[in-house]
Amino acid sequence: MNKRKFLGYLKRLGLLVLVVWTVVSLVTLMIELVPGDPALAILGDQATPEQIANFRAKHELDSPAFFFSVGGENGFKWNGTNNRYFNYFKGLLTLDLGNSFRTDRPVLDMIMERYPATIKLAIAALIIAVFIAVPLGVVAGTNKNSLIDNAASFFALLGICLPGFVIGPLLVYIFAVKLPWFSPTGNLYPEDILLPAITLGAALSAILTRMIRSSVIEELGEDYVRTARAKGLSERVVIYKHVLKNGLIPVVTILGLQLGVLLAGAIITEKIFNWQGLGSLLLDGINTRDHRLVQGCVLVISVTYILANSLTDMVYRRLDPRIRLS
Amino acid sequence: MNRLFYIGTFIAIVFIFTAIFASKIATHDPIQSIEYTDPATNTQKTLRYAPPSRENWFGTDDLGRDVFSRLVHGAQVSLTVGISVVTISAIIGIIIGALAGFYGGWIDQFLSGYVFNVFLAFPGLLLAIAIVAFLSGTQPTPEERLRHLIIALCVTGWVGYARVMRGQVLKVREYDFVQAARALGASNMRQLFVHIMPNAIQPLIVQASLAMAGAVLSEASLSFLGLGLPPPNPTWGTMIDQARGIDTLTNATHNLLFPGIALALTVLAFNFIGDGLREYLDPKQRKR
Repeated sequence: MNKRKFLGYLKRLGLLVLVVWTVVSLVTLMIELVPGDPALAILGDQATPEQIANFRAKHELDSPAFFFSVGGENGFKWNGTNNRYFNYFKGLLTLDLGNSFRTDRPVLDMIMERYPATIKLAIAALIIAVFIAVPLGVVAGTNKNSLIDNAASFFALLGICLPGFVIGPLLVYIFAVKLPWFSPTGNLYPEDILLPAITLGAALSAILTRMIRSSVIEELGEDYVRTARAKGLSERVVIYKHVLKNGLIPVVTILGLQLGVLLAGAIITEKIFNWQGLGSLLLDGINTRDHRLVQGCVLVISVTYILANSLTDMVYRRLDPRIRLS
Repeated sequence: MNRLFYIGTFIAIVFIFTAIFASKIATHDPIQSIEYTDPATNTQKTLRYAPPSRENWFGTDDLGRDVFSRLVHGAQVSLTVGISVVTISAIIGIIIGALAGFYGGWIDQFLSGYVFNVFLAFPGLLLAIAIVAFLSGTQPTPEERLRHLIIALCVTGWVGYARVMRGQVLKVREYDFVQAARALGASNMRQLFVHIMPNAIQPLIVQASLAMAGAVLSEASLSFLGLGLPPPNPTWGTMIDQARGIDTLTNATHNLLFPGIALALTVLAFNFIGDGLREYLDPKQRKR
């Protein structure tokens, strides 16, 4: 590894750390946006001053928000290190995201119970999207402007303009109400993942189909394809061994970037199918005004997204020597 | 221009027209339940789950409200949010992107290397959800919620414009006519606003059209999640949310279909317009 390459890695790592730090800071300070007193929102109007004081002390709501505060009577005031921002970071180092305002359980435990379900759903959606998009995109790209190409384009268009919260209930109507093949909500049987995964993966499969199609069309015009054909390779080998290998490179990037969209989309999908994942936990937190829980969910989803993106970036560089060397 | 562009423009005009004249077009009150007298028992009843008819064009919902009227009023919310978000985030994005591209150096390093990356590090919808959830108190009024929605979608929306604008300014800055203006002693601001901006703005029109589709969709998503205008205000997202109960799905599927189709058509229209404009502005990208 030469020096320049090493510095490049170091710079990217530094940026990653900086971005994660900023995201955590923003999430930490988000609670300051809440109008009024979070304690009052949780305990209601009937709470005694004593109850409120207890609650505030327990959740560190009475310590200052940041290292310094500006405004008020004193103008600029230095608060020292006993502030919520610093303490939240200190907690993060020991993997402590605070306790839920509602249930008083550690937020991290609540998140970890739900995390696998969401990741399972996102990966299932990813797999379904790839399985739909790769054959469809290749067939459409190799038969440009044919009937099948137009059909694939139409399908892709539907997937892009119909949001998950329309597709999901429609699927429920068709496959759970009209045809009793699946249960409409919940996660009891293994096959229950199918409808949510299709709902979540529909948009992605549409985008992928379009990308693979145009990628295949572009690669088919390259010189190496002519060479491959000229040396007598069958069309199958040309397409699946040569064209697809090069044509899939941009797809990998999209897949990584879309993982974040999937994680965010999972919030909607989980609501539709009552899927007990991170998204429904976040919505529960919002509905019960459990701001500590919301903070934790936003933090975990964002960091997952950032890590997935950096991982994609690395895979992408490995795959395409042109980028690796530049 | 291709045919899809005209189809998109037509749908968009219908949508905008509907939204502006919602109270004139709506046949019923969007919030009031429709009552009727049952001839058999001679009692007042609510007209629940009525199928589409001449009286209620798109039928009625679970509370006996006219779906067509709710849809028309919902368009108003979508359009208000869409236009506000596109305008505000475009202005912010253009200014920041132009500054990054024009001044370069550490300003550019800071903005495009750091700030853009931070905002792209959040999944857009998640950040919007978090902002609305934290901004809203216990009982937000419709006006407050509208404002929060617009703020949340602007916070997530401006980066797209800023990135495009930065790239454009970087390119246009080196053109001969800008060099000439600089040589003639034009101030930085004059170079930026008189010479560079008008020649850099074209791709942003495409961006704005696609962002309009995105904003309408995001507003519907947030409403669907219960973060839109509080009930009983009609928005497309809440209508879809209310239509997905098993009871409504079996008895009155049209409650799901009509808002779903309206939303899909609107999103489609602005995507068509964006794609059409892109092809028109950049002949190299025209379909091969």
